[in-house]
Amino acid sequence: PAAGFNFDNAARNAAFEGLFEGGQTPKPLKTGTTIAGVMFKDGVVLGADTRATSSEVVADKMCAKIHYISPNIYCCGAGTAADTEKTTDLLSSNLTVFSLNSGRNPRVVMAVNILQDMLYRYHGQIGANLILGGVDCTGNHLYTVGPYGSVNKVPYLAMGSGDLAALGILEDGFQHDLELEKAKKLVRDAVHSGIMNDLGSGNNIDICVITAEGVDYIRPFQESEFKDRREIKYKYRQGTTPVLTKKITPLKLEVVQETTQKMETV
Amino acid sequence: MAAASMMPIFSQNVSSNSDLVPEWSRQEVSTGTTIMAVEYDGGVVVGADSRTTTGAYIANRVTDKLTRIHDRIYCCRSGSAADTQAIAEVVSYQLGFHSIELDEPPLVETAAHLFRASCYRYREELMAGILVAGWDRRKGGQVYCVPIGGMLVRQPVSVGGSGSSYIYGFMDSNYKPGLSKDQCLDLTTKALTLAMERDGSSGGVVRLATISEDGVERRVILGDQLPKFSTH
Repeated sequence: PAAGFNFDNAARNAAFEGLFEGGQTPKPLKTGTTIAGVMFKDGVVLGADTRATSSEVVADKMCAKIHYISPNIYCCGAGTAADTEKTTDLLSSNLTVFSLNSGRNPRVVMAVNILQDMLYRYHGQIGANLILGGVDCTGNHLYTVGPYGSVNKVPYLAMGSGDLAALGILEDGFQHDLELEKAKKLVRDAVHSGIMNDLGSGNNIDICVITAEGVDYIRPFQESEFKDRREIKYKYRQGTTPVLTKKITPLKLEVVQETTQKMETV
Repeated sequence: MAAASMMPIFSQNVSSNSDLVPEWSRQEVSTGTTIMAVEYDGGVVVGADSRTTTGAYIANRVTDKLTRIHDRIYCCRSGSAADTQAIAEVVSYQLGFHSIELDEPPLVETAAHLFRASCYRYREELMAGILVAGWDRRKGGQVYCVPIGGMLVRQPVSVGGSGSSYIYGFMDSNYKPGLSKDQCLDLTTKALTLAMERDGSSGGVVRLATISEDGVERRVILGDQLPKFSTH
Protein backbone atom coordinates (compact mmCIF):
# COMPACT_ATOMS: atom_id res chain seq x y z
CA PRO A 1 0.00 0.00 0.00
CA ALA A 2 1.08 3.58 -0.63
CA ALA A 3 2.80 5.36 2.24
CA GLY A 4 1.10 8.20 4.14
CA PHE A 5 -2.53 8.98 4.77
CA ASN A 6 -5.33 8.00 2.43
CA PHE A 7 -8.41 10.19 2.31
CA ASP A 8 -10.45 8.24 -0.25
CA ASN A 9 -13.02 7.52 2.40
CA ALA A 10 -13.58 11.17 3.22
CA ALA A 11 -15.65 11.72 0.09
CA ARG A 12 -17.48 8.46 0.62
CA ASN A 13 -18.37 9.38 4.20
CA ALA A 14 -19.68 12.74 3.09
CA ALA A 15 -21.90 10.99 0.56
CA PHE A 16 -23.16 8.63 3.28
CA GLU A 17 -24.27 11.43 5.55
CA GLY A 18 -27.87 11.49 4.42
CA LEU A 19 -28.31 7.83 3.63
CA PHE A 20 -28.59 6.13 7.02
CA GLU A 21 -32.26 6.17 8.03
CA GLY A 22 -32.78 7.92 11.32
CA GLY A 23 -29.24 7.35 12.47
CA GLN A 24 -25.87 8.93 11.77
CA THR A 25 -22.72 7.58 10.26
CA PRO A 26 -20.43 6.13 12.92
CA LYS A 27 -18.30 8.94 14.27
CA PRO A 28 -14.55 8.68 14.71
CA LEU A 29 -13.36 8.68 18.30
CA LYS A 30 -13.05 12.34 19.31
CA THR A 31 -11.31 13.26 22.49
CA GLY A 32 -13.72 16.19 23.28
CA THR A 33 -11.21 17.49 25.70
CA THR A 34 -9.84 20.16 27.92
CA ILE A 35 -6.11 20.73 27.58
CA ALA A 36 -4.16 23.70 28.88
CA GLY A 37 -0.59 24.95 29.01
CA VAL A 38 1.12 27.70 31.00
CA MET A 39 4.64 29.11 30.85
CA PHE A 40 6.09 29.78 34.29
CA LYS A 41 9.38 30.95 35.72
CA ASP A 42 11.40 27.77 35.27
CA GLY A 43 9.61 26.06 32.40
CA VAL A 44 6.23 24.92 31.12
CA VAL A 45 3.27 23.17 32.76
CA LEU A 46 0.85 21.15 30.59
CA GLY A 47 -2.45 19.76 31.82
CA ALA A 48 -5.21 17.60 30.37
CA ASP A 49 -8.33 15.71 31.39
CA THR A 50 -8.52 11.96 30.71
CA ARG A 51 -11.88 11.35 29.07
CA ALA A 52 -12.13 10.04 25.51
CA THR A 53 -15.63 10.05 24.01
CA SER A 54 -17.23 8.30 21.08
CA SER A 55 -20.38 10.38 20.52
CA GLU A 56 -22.21 10.16 23.89
CA VAL A 57 -20.34 7.20 25.31
CA VAL A 58 -17.14 7.55 27.31
CA ALA A 59 -14.78 5.27 25.43
CA ASP A 60 -11.78 5.64 27.72
CA LYS A 61 -11.81 6.97 31.29
CA MET A 62 -8.07 7.10 31.67
CA CYS A 63 -6.87 8.24 28.29
CA ALA A 64 -3.40 9.80 28.11
CA LYS A 65 -3.60 13.06 26.22
CA ILE A 66 -0.15 14.38 27.05
CA HIS A 67 2.13 12.73 24.52
CA TYR A 68 5.88 12.31 24.66
CA ILE A 69 7.72 14.00 21.83
CA SER A 70 11.26 14.11 23.14
CA PRO A 71 12.87 14.18 26.61
CA ASN A 72 12.38 17.94 26.75
CA ILE A 73 9.18 18.37 24.72
CA TYR A 74 5.64 17.13 25.42
CA CYS A 75 2.46 17.69 23.44
CA CYS A 76 -1.21 17.77 24.49
CA GLY A 77 -3.65 16.76 21.79
CA ALA A 78 -7.32 17.62 21.25
CA GLY A 79 -9.53 16.63 18.34
CA THR A 80 -9.72 13.20 16.72
CA ALA A 81 -7.93 10.75 19.05
CA ALA A 82 -6.34 8.69 16.29
CA ASP A 83 -5.04 11.77 14.49
CA THR A 84 -3.40 13.28 17.58
CA GLU A 85 -1.90 9.91 18.56
CA LYS A 86 -0.36 9.20 15.20
CA THR A 87 0.75 12.74 14.44
CA THR A 88 2.59 13.01 17.74
CA ASP A 89 4.12 9.56 17.22
CA LEU A 90 5.38 10.55 13.79
CA LEU A 91 6.79 13.77 15.18
CA SER A 92 8.50 11.93 18.01
CA SER A 93 10.11 9.47 15.58
CA ASN A 94 11.34 12.26 13.34
CA LEU A 95 12.88 14.13 16.23
CA THR A 96 14.51 11.00 17.64
CA VAL A 97 16.17 10.36 14.31
CA PHE A 98 17.28 13.97 14.21
CA SER A 99 18.75 13.67 17.73
CA LEU A 100 20.64 10.55 16.81
CA ASN A 101 21.99 12.07 13.64
CA SER A 102 23.02 15.41 15.02
CA GLY A 103 23.77 14.61 18.65
CA ARG A 104 21.60 17.52 19.78
CA ASN A 105 18.43 17.75 21.82
CA PRO A 106 15.61 18.89 19.53
CA ARG A 107 14.27 22.42 19.88
CA VAL A 108 10.59 23.17 20.39
CA VAL A 109 10.53 25.39 17.32
CA MET A 110 11.67 22.40 15.20
CA ALA A 111 8.78 20.31 16.46
CA VAL A 112 6.40 23.17 15.65
CA ASN A 113 7.76 23.59 12.13
CA ILE A 114 7.50 19.89 11.36
CA LEU A 115 3.92 19.77 12.65
CA GLN A 116 2.95 22.91 10.79
CA ASP A 117 4.36 21.58 7.52
CA MET A 118 2.54 18.29 7.87
CA LEU A 119 -0.83 19.67 8.95
CA TYR A 120 -0.79 22.36 6.29
CA ARG A 121 -0.05 19.78 3.62
CA TYR A 122 -3.18 17.84 4.62
CA HIS A 123 -5.39 20.92 4.52
CA GLY A 124 -7.27 20.28 7.76
CA GLN A 125 -8.09 16.65 7.05
CA ILE A 126 -6.05 15.67 10.09
CA GLY A 127 -8.20 16.81 13.01
CA ALA A 128 -5.43 17.58 15.47
CA ASN A 129 -5.41 20.61 17.76
CA LEU A 130 -2.09 20.43 19.58
CA ILE A 131 -0.45 22.30 22.42
CA LEU A 132 3.32 21.87 22.34
CA GLY A 133 5.42 22.81 25.32
CA GLY A 134 9.07 22.32 26.11
CA VAL A 135 12.34 23.66 27.36
CA ASP A 136 15.41 23.78 25.18
CA CYS A 137 18.70 25.63 25.00
CA THR A 138 16.91 28.79 23.82
CA GLY A 139 14.46 28.88 26.72
CA ASN A 140 10.88 27.88 27.60
CA HIS A 141 8.35 27.72 24.78
CA LEU A 142 4.62 27.10 24.44
CA TYR A 143 2.98 26.85 21.01
CA THR A 144 -0.36 25.80 19.62
CA VAL A 145 -0.81 24.24 16.17
CA GLY A 146 -4.25 24.10 14.55
CA PRO A 147 -5.58 21.46 12.17
CA TYR A 148 -5.09 23.71 9.14
CA GLY A 149 -1.49 24.39 10.06
CA SER A 150 -1.68 27.76 11.81
CA VAL A 151 0.73 28.35 14.67
CA ASN A 152 0.39 30.67 17.66
CA LYS A 153 3.06 31.33 20.25
CA VAL A 154 1.54 32.54 23.52
CA PRO A 155 2.37 32.35 27.25
CA TYR A 156 -0.83 30.45 28.16
CA LEU A 157 -3.36 28.39 26.20
CA ALA A 158 -6.30 26.10 26.34
CA MET A 159 -7.70 23.90 23.54
CA GLY A 160 -10.42 21.32 23.08
CA SER A 161 -14.16 21.49 23.66
CA GLY A 162 -13.62 22.74 27.21
CA ASP A 163 -11.27 25.51 26.20
CA LEU A 164 -13.62 28.42 26.81
CA ALA A 165 -14.14 27.37 30.41
CA ALA A 166 -10.43 26.76 30.96
CA LEU A 167 -9.41 30.00 29.28
CA GLY A 168 -11.63 31.95 31.66
CA ILE A 169 -9.61 30.65 34.59
CA LEU A 170 -6.33 31.24 32.79
CA GLU A 171 -7.17 34.80 31.76
CA ASP A 172 -8.05 35.60 35.34
CA GLY A 173 -5.17 33.90 37.10
CA PHE A 174 -2.21 34.09 34.72
CA GLN A 175 0.82 36.22 35.54
CA HIS A 176 4.29 36.16 34.05
CA ASP A 177 6.98 34.22 35.97
CA LEU A 178 4.71 32.23 38.25
CA GLU A 179 6.20 29.88 40.82
CA LEU A 180 5.93 26.14 40.18
CA GLU A 181 3.21 25.35 42.70
CA LYS A 182 1.08 28.31 41.62
CA ALA A 183 1.49 27.34 37.97
CA LYS A 184 0.45 23.73 38.65
CA LYS A 185 -2.56 24.94 40.60
CA LEU A 186 -3.53 27.34 37.81
CA VAL A 187 -3.43 24.60 35.20
CA ARG A 188 -5.30 22.21 37.47
CA ASP A 189 -7.97 24.82 38.06
CA ALA A 190 -8.27 25.50 34.35
CA VAL A 191 -8.67 21.83 33.43
CA HIS A 192 -11.04 21.34 36.37
CA SER A 193 -13.21 24.16 35.08
CA GLY A 194 -13.29 22.45 31.69
CA ILE A 195 -14.28 19.15 33.31
CA MET A 196 -17.04 20.74 35.35
CA ASN A 197 -18.54 22.82 32.56
CA ASP A 198 -18.03 20.67 29.46
CA LEU A 199 -19.66 17.31 28.79
CA GLY A 200 -16.82 16.10 26.62
CA SER A 201 -14.23 16.47 29.39
CA GLY A 202 -14.08 14.59 32.63
CA ASN A 203 -12.53 11.99 34.90
CA ASN A 204 -9.00 12.65 36.10
CA ILE A 205 -6.49 15.44 35.53
CA ASP A 206 -2.95 14.77 34.27
CA ILE A 207 -0.19 17.32 34.76
CA CYS A 208 3.21 17.44 33.09
CA VAL A 209 5.89 19.84 34.32
CA ILE A 210 8.86 20.44 32.02
CA THR A 211 11.90 22.31 33.27
CA ALA A 212 15.55 22.49 32.36
CA GLU A 213 16.23 19.87 35.06
CA GLY A 214 13.80 17.36 33.66
CA VAL A 215 10.19 16.28 33.31
CA ASP A 216 7.65 15.49 36.03
CA TYR A 217 4.72 13.61 34.48
CA ILE A 218 2.08 13.33 37.18
CA ARG A 219 -0.61 10.94 36.07
CA PRO A 220 -3.08 11.38 37.60
CA PHE A 221 -2.48 14.68 39.35
CA GLN A 222 -5.98 14.61 40.67
CA GLU A 223 -8.47 11.78 40.60
CA SER A 224 -12.12 12.33 39.89
CA GLU A 225 -14.23 12.44 43.06
CA PHE A 226 -17.00 10.64 41.18
CA LYS A 227 -15.23 7.33 40.66
CA ASP A 228 -17.33 4.25 40.25
CA ARG A 229 -17.12 1.33 42.70
CA ARG A 230 -17.98 -2.06 41.29
CA GLU A 231 -20.47 -3.65 43.67
CA ILE A 232 -20.84 -7.08 42.01
CA LYS A 233 -18.14 -9.61 41.21
CA TYR A 234 -17.84 -10.33 37.49
CA LYS A 235 -15.95 -13.60 37.73
CA TYR A 236 -17.80 -16.86 36.92
CA ARG A 237 -16.70 -20.26 38.18
CA GLN A 238 -15.90 -23.07 35.76
CA GLY A 239 -19.02 -24.98 34.79
CA THR A 240 -21.37 -21.99 34.75
CA THR A 241 -21.76 -22.35 31.00
CA PRO A 242 -22.72 -25.98 30.15
CA VAL A 243 -20.89 -27.68 27.25
CA LEU A 244 -23.43 -29.23 24.85
CA THR A 245 -21.23 -30.90 22.20
CA LYS A 246 -17.53 -31.32 21.56
CA LYS A 247 -15.99 -32.08 18.17
CA ILE A 248 -12.26 -32.37 17.46
CA THR A 249 -11.04 -32.09 13.86
CA PRO A 250 -7.34 -32.72 13.41
CA LEU A 251 -5.77 -30.62 10.65
CA LYS A 252 -3.92 -32.72 8.10
CA LEU A 253 -0.53 -31.24 7.42
CA GLU A 254 1.53 -32.40 4.48
CA VAL A 255 5.22 -31.73 4.26
CA VAL A 256 5.57 -30.45 0.69
CA GLN A 257 9.20 -29.52 0.46
CA GLU A 258 12.08 -29.23 2.82
CA THR A 259 15.29 -27.50 1.82
CA THR A 260 18.36 -26.36 3.65
CA GLN A 261 20.62 -23.69 2.37
CA LYS A 262 24.03 -23.18 3.90
CA MET A 263 24.73 -19.58 4.93
CA GLU A 264 27.98 -18.20 3.54
CA THR A 265 30.39 -17.48 6.30
CA VAL A 266 33.89 -16.19 6.24
CA MET B 1 -7.11 47.54 -2.31
CA ALA B 2 -9.14 44.51 -1.47
CA ALA B 3 -11.24 43.35 1.43
CA ALA B 4 -10.72 39.74 2.38
CA SER B 5 -13.95 37.85 2.87
CA MET B 6 -14.44 35.78 5.98
CA MET B 7 -15.63 32.40 4.76
CA PRO B 8 -12.92 30.00 3.62
CA ILE B 9 -13.34 28.77 0.04
CA PHE B 10 -11.62 25.54 0.96
CA SER B 11 -13.91 24.39 3.79
CA GLN B 12 -13.98 20.85 5.12
CA ASN B 13 -17.53 19.75 5.81
CA VAL B 14 -17.18 16.03 6.14
CA SER B 15 -19.16 15.80 9.40
CA SER B 16 -21.84 18.45 9.61
CA ASN B 17 -23.54 18.07 13.00
CA SER B 18 -21.40 17.39 15.99
CA ASP B 19 -22.38 16.83 19.54
CA LEU B 20 -19.37 17.67 21.64
CA VAL B 21 -17.18 19.72 19.35
CA PRO B 22 -18.82 23.08 18.66
CA GLU B 23 -19.14 24.38 15.09
CA TRP B 24 -16.82 27.31 15.59
CA SER B 25 -13.88 25.14 16.60
CA ARG B 26 -14.02 23.20 13.36
CA GLN B 27 -13.86 26.27 11.15
CA GLU B 28 -10.61 27.32 9.67
CA VAL B 29 -8.64 29.87 11.61
CA SER B 30 -8.93 33.21 9.83
CA THR B 31 -7.01 36.37 10.53
CA GLY B 32 -10.18 38.46 9.71
CA THR B 33 -8.20 41.59 10.09
CA THR B 34 -7.35 45.17 9.49
CA ILE B 35 -3.92 45.82 8.00
CA MET B 36 -2.41 48.98 6.59
CA ALA B 37 0.79 50.22 5.02
CA VAL B 38 1.85 53.80 4.15
CA GLU B 39 4.91 55.12 2.32
CA TYR B 40 6.75 58.20 3.44
CA ASP B 41 9.93 59.79 2.19
CA GLY B 42 12.62 57.50 3.56
CA GLY B 43 10.60 54.43 4.51
CA VAL B 44 7.25 52.84 5.24
CA VAL B 45 4.94 52.45 8.20
CA VAL B 46 3.03 49.17 8.54
CA GLY B 47 0.31 48.43 11.03
CA ALA B 48 -2.13 45.69 11.96
CA ASP B 49 -4.60 44.70 14.64
CA SER B 50 -3.98 41.55 16.69
CA ARG B 51 -7.08 39.36 16.51
CA THR B 52 -7.20 35.82 15.05
CA THR B 53 -10.61 34.21 14.94
CA THR B 54 -11.97 30.69 14.48
CA GLY B 55 -15.55 31.49 13.58
CA ALA B 56 -16.78 33.52 16.55
CA TYR B 57 -14.01 32.52 18.94
CA ILE B 58 -10.85 34.60 19.25
CA ALA B 59 -8.09 32.03 19.01
CA ASN B 60 -5.31 34.54 19.67
CA ARG B 61 -5.89 38.09 20.90
CA VAL B 62 -2.25 39.12 20.67
CA THR B 63 -1.33 37.90 17.19
CA ASP B 64 1.58 39.42 15.35
CA LYS B 65 0.43 39.87 11.77
CA LEU B 66 3.50 41.86 10.75
CA THR B 67 5.82 39.16 9.56
CA ARG B 68 9.48 39.69 8.78
CA ILE B 69 10.41 38.52 5.29
CA HIS B 70 13.84 40.10 5.23
CA ASP B 71 15.81 42.69 7.22
CA ARG B 72 13.96 45.61 5.68
CA ILE B 73 10.92 43.91 4.16
CA TYR B 74 7.81 43.06 6.12
CA CYS B 75 4.44 41.69 5.10
CA CYS B 76 1.01 42.22 6.64
CA ARG B 77 -1.13 39.08 6.58
CA SER B 78 -4.90 38.82 6.20
CA GLY B 79 -7.11 35.88 5.29
CA SER B 80 -6.46 32.32 6.37
CA ALA B 81 -3.88 32.14 9.14
CA ALA B 82 -2.45 28.83 7.96
CA ASP B 83 -2.23 29.88 4.31
CA THR B 84 -0.56 33.22 5.01
CA GLN B 85 1.92 31.73 7.47
CA ALA B 86 2.86 29.08 4.93
CA ILE B 87 3.23 31.57 2.06
CA ALA B 88 5.28 33.95 4.20
CA GLU B 89 7.68 31.15 5.10
CA VAL B 90 8.07 30.06 1.51
CA VAL B 91 8.72 33.62 0.32
CA SER B 92 11.16 34.26 3.21
CA TYR B 93 13.14 31.28 2.12
CA GLN B 94 13.08 32.17 -1.56
CA LEU B 95 14.04 35.77 -0.88
CA GLY B 96 16.78 34.81 1.58
CA PHE B 97 18.29 32.48 -0.98
CA HIS B 98 18.06 35.12 -3.70
CA SER B 99 19.70 37.70 -1.45
CA ILE B 100 22.61 35.37 -0.66
CA GLU B 101 23.11 34.65 -4.33
CA LEU B 102 23.14 38.36 -5.17
CA ASP B 103 25.19 39.23 -2.12
CA GLU B 104 23.11 42.34 -1.55
CA PRO B 105 19.84 43.21 0.19
CA PRO B 106 16.80 42.21 -1.90
CA LEU B 107 14.37 44.68 -3.47
CA VAL B 108 10.85 45.09 -2.09
CA GLU B 109 9.58 44.64 -5.64
CA THR B 110 11.20 41.19 -5.75
CA ALA B 111 9.51 40.16 -2.52
CA ALA B 112 6.17 41.39 -3.84
CA HIS B 113 6.62 39.45 -7.06
CA LEU B 114 7.46 36.29 -5.14
CA PHE B 115 4.27 36.70 -3.10
CA ARG B 116 2.28 37.29 -6.24
CA ALA B 117 3.76 34.20 -7.91
CA SER B 118 2.59 31.92 -5.08
CA CYS B 119 -0.76 33.65 -4.58
CA TYR B 120 -1.63 33.61 -8.28
CA ARG B 121 -0.50 30.08 -9.05
CA TYR B 122 -2.45 28.59 -6.17
CA ARG B 123 -5.28 31.09 -6.25
CA GLU B 124 -7.98 28.39 -6.14
CA GLU B 125 -6.61 26.77 -3.01
CA LEU B 126 -5.43 29.77 -1.06
CA MET B 127 -7.18 32.55 0.79
CA ALA B 128 -4.55 35.19 1.41
CA GLY B 129 -4.56 38.99 1.15
CA ILE B 130 -1.09 40.38 1.74
CA LEU B 131 0.52 43.81 1.90
CA VAL B 132 4.25 43.79 1.20
CA ALA B 133 6.14 46.83 2.43
CA GLY B 134 9.75 47.76 3.01
CA TRP B 135 12.71 49.89 2.13
CA ASP B 136 15.45 49.31 -0.40
CA ARG B 137 18.22 51.47 -1.80
CA ARG B 138 16.86 51.68 -5.32
CA LYS B 139 13.35 53.04 -4.75
CA GLY B 140 13.20 53.84 -1.03
CA GLY B 141 10.00 53.06 0.85
CA GLN B 142 7.45 51.03 -1.16
CA VAL B 143 4.09 49.41 -0.51
CA TYR B 144 2.77 46.64 -2.75
CA CYS B 145 -0.68 45.16 -2.49
CA VAL B 146 -1.25 41.44 -3.28
CA PRO B 147 -4.96 40.80 -2.62
CA ILE B 148 -6.89 37.52 -2.96
CA GLY B 149 -6.56 36.23 -6.50
CA GLY B 150 -2.96 37.29 -6.92
CA MET B 151 -3.01 40.81 -8.34
CA LEU B 152 0.06 42.97 -7.79
CA VAL B 153 -0.02 46.74 -7.66
CA ARG B 154 2.16 49.35 -6.03
CA GLN B 155 0.33 52.02 -4.05
CA PRO B 156 1.49 54.84 -1.78
CA VAL B 157 -1.01 53.76 0.84
CA SER B 158 -2.99 50.56 1.15
CA VAL B 159 -5.39 48.90 3.55
CA GLY B 160 -6.55 45.29 3.67
CA GLY B 161 -8.52 42.74 5.62
CA SER B 162 -12.16 42.57 6.61
CA GLY B 163 -11.91 45.81 8.60
CA SER B 164 -10.57 47.81 5.69
CA SER B 165 -14.06 48.43 4.29
CA TYR B 166 -14.79 50.73 7.22
CA ILE B 167 -11.82 53.02 6.74
CA TYR B 168 -11.64 53.73 3.02
CA GLY B 169 -13.46 57.00 3.61
CA PHE B 170 -11.08 57.96 6.40
CA MET B 171 -8.07 57.08 4.24
CA ASP B 172 -9.26 58.96 1.21
CA SER B 173 -9.94 62.12 3.17
CA ASN B 174 -6.91 62.08 5.46
CA TYR B 175 -4.03 60.82 3.36
CA LYS B 176 -1.95 63.34 1.47
CA PRO B 177 1.32 62.64 -0.31
CA GLY B 178 4.35 64.03 1.50
CA LEU B 179 3.47 63.07 5.08
CA SER B 180 6.25 62.70 7.61
CA LYS B 181 7.02 59.50 9.51
CA ASP B 182 5.19 60.61 12.65
CA GLN B 183 2.19 61.75 10.66
CA CYS B 184 2.06 58.35 9.00
CA LEU B 185 2.25 56.59 12.37
CA ASP B 186 -0.54 58.78 13.65
CA LEU B 187 -2.67 58.17 10.56
CA THR B 188 -2.16 54.41 10.78
CA THR B 189 -3.00 54.28 14.47
CA LYS B 190 -6.17 56.29 14.01
CA ALA B 191 -7.27 54.27 10.98
CA LEU B 192 -6.71 50.92 12.67
CA THR B 193 -8.49 52.09 15.80
CA LEU B 194 -11.53 53.16 13.79
CA ALA B 195 -11.62 49.84 11.95
CA MET B 196 -11.22 47.85 15.15
CA GLU B 197 -14.09 49.79 16.64
CA ARG B 198 -16.47 48.78 13.86
CA ASP B 199 -15.26 45.39 12.63
CA GLY B 200 -16.00 42.42 14.87
CA SER B 201 -13.12 40.41 13.44
CA SER B 202 -10.52 43.07 14.24
CA GLY B 203 -9.42 44.06 17.69
CA GLY B 204 -6.89 43.61 20.46
CA VAL B 205 -3.82 45.82 20.27
CA VAL B 206 -2.36 47.87 17.44
CA ARG B 207 1.03 46.67 16.24
CA LEU B 208 3.14 49.13 14.28
CA ALA B 209 6.49 48.93 12.56
CA THR B 210 8.58 51.59 10.82
CA ILE B 211 11.00 50.36 8.18
CA SER B 212 13.72 52.66 6.87
CA GLU B 213 17.39 52.65 5.94
CA ASP B 214 18.27 52.62 9.65
CA GLY B 215 16.34 49.45 10.31
CA VAL B 216 13.02 48.36 11.79
CA GLU B 217 11.38 49.96 14.79
CA ARG B 218 8.47 48.04 16.29
CA ARG B 219 5.93 49.20 18.77
CA VAL B 220 2.66 48.07 20.34
CA ILE B 221 -0.23 50.29 21.37
CA LEU B 222 -2.33 48.60 24.02
CA GLY B 223 -6.12 48.79 24.15
CA ASP B 224 -6.40 51.51 26.74
CA GLN B 225 -3.84 53.74 25.01
CA LEU B 226 -5.64 53.81 21.65
CA PRO B 227 -7.04 57.17 20.50
CA LYS B 228 -10.63 57.66 21.59
CA PHE B 229 -13.23 58.57 19.02
CA SER B 230 -16.60 57.58 20.43
CA THR B 231 -18.54 60.27 22.12
CA HIS B 232 -20.37 57.71 24.26
